[in-house]
Amino acid sequence: MSLLALQRDMRDWLVRADMAAAARIQSSCEAGFAVYQNNYRSQLVTCLESSFARTRAWIGEERFLHAAAHHIDDVPPSSWTLDAYAHDFPVTLARLQPHDPEIAEIACLELGLEELFISADGPAVALDHLHDLDWEYALLTFQRAIDLVDLKTNAFAIWSALVAGEEPPASQYLGTPETALLWRQDEQCRVRTIDAMELQTLLDLRGGLPFGAACRKVTVQLGEDRGIALVGQWLGQWLADGLIAAITAQDKPVGSGNPRLEGPC
Amino acid sequence: MIPSFSGFGLGLRTPHYADFFDRDVAVDFLEVISENFMVDGGRPRRILRDIRARYPVALHGVSMSIGSADGIDGLYLNRLRALVDEIEPLFVSDHLSWSRIEGFNSHDLLPLPYTMEALDIVCANIHRAQDALGRAMLIENPSSYLDFASGDMTEWEFLNRVCARTGCGLLLDVNNVFVSASNHGFDPIAYLDGVPHDHVRQVHLAGHSQGEHLLIDTHDRPVPPSVWDLYAHILPRLGPVATMIERDDDIPPLGELLAELGTARTIAAGAVRAAA
Repeated sequence: MSLLALQRDMRDWLVRADMAAAARIQSSCEAGFAVYQNNYRSQLVTCLESSFARTRAWIGEERFLHAAAHHIDDVPPSSWTLDAYAHDFPVTLARLQPHDPEIAEIACLELGLEELFISADGPAVALDHLHDLDWEYALLTFQRAIDLVDLKTNAFAIWSALVAGEEPPASQYLGTPETALLWRQDEQCRVRTIDAMELQTLLDLRGGLPFGAACRKVTVQLGEDRGIALVGQWLGQWLADGLIAAITAQDKPVGSGNPRLEGPC
Repeated sequence: MIPSFSGFGLGLRTPHYADFFDRDVAVDFLEVISENFMVDGGRPRRILRDIRARYPVALHGVSMSIGSADGIDGLYLNRLRALVDEIEPLFVSDHLSWSRIEGFNSHDLLPLPYTMEALDIVCANIHRAQDALGRAMLIENPSSYLDFASGDMTEWEFLNRVCARTGCGLLLDVNNVFVSASNHGFDPIAYLDGVPHDHVRQVHLAGHSQGEHLLIDTHDRPVPPSVWDLYAHILPRLGPVATMIERDDDIPPLGELLAELGTARTIAAGAVRAAA
């Protein structure tokens, strides 16, 4: 038997408990197959339990282990790092628990925060030269360590209560869907919810829209005074939270007739 | 040949981070699990940089999969190389085992048949890894729970050939020798006497537990007398080595591990006196 054939058979034993594959391997130490099978599955369960402690607390041990067993059957690990195995578990939860969507949303929050914990470091933009910028044409570069989780339910409130060791509220759909903004500031992972308008502005700016144009999109909807005040508030929060890595000036278009902003709105 | 380092160390584990930052701990080096720090950034990388500023560090991997019939993951090697360049470790090691095949990764140290074909594959993979890392590696003997009818040689004969063909060194895990010897019925002394002593650069000492049918390499308890006896047997046969207590589960207060390290130091001192 070639090494490749042996390794395929061992994989099939681990993933599917394929008895014929184990028999082809021909070991005199048959008890060893059970040891490796147990190591394989228990290690994956431990990984999921570690990554989704709040989700587990919310749905209880029995439901969690049932979901983990399904996930291990359906999604064999592929990455060199065990950390990556957690990545698809929220999808499995959403499929298994379609009538309890807060479960997958809580899992998405946990996954996002775990992944941010080891994401690339990036210094926040220095605040001392911001008043010199031409904000009309300013381009904002956000940190790479940012994640967004769409929420239809009060998963954020449930997750927050579980983290605080408090009694979580009953699950319910939100009247208006919101988005959780996850980021890492220095070594601390943080999360807050944002409304649809802040989300869209953040996405526009991340997508390369100059600051002045992004402001105008908001003022069209809210009016100039309220719109400018709100974008200024968001910008101040993003800067305070260390979400912005750099602010650079876009080349001013030739003959541009856009009204110029005099400072951060 | 890989430069030798003589000393006594521990595996760095999360519950002991504060001990190592708060005071000078009497260890000569620390070993970390490479994969835990092959991340883009954040606290793990900062902690490793801070630890490295205070102690020599050995990088010990569990996912290189040098026995994979379809080769080594190049992206894995790139990440490990970046960590090696930053940390400048004493040693870079991984196991004589496989974990990945055709996109599947078991995250376990699966055993190899000790055949000529496997020897060719392992050596090719080690050559590739050493080229990518720009340095020679240490290969650790694994614990195993399966043997194979197709084997052409013993594990120690296999290791001799691997060292000769690739120039790699050995990380000799004495507990793994004991566990595999018990599970497969070979003589651990014959194993220890048979490995290429001049290639051994590091020694692991750990505990194991009794499973239903087999000994299991659990690393969740103190080094047992049986393993200390084997350590005392092999030490006089080795040159300067880095000896380490490896504890991965039920991790006790640091003082207990330092006491075990004291036992290793006492045995080593006895070996020196006996040689004199």
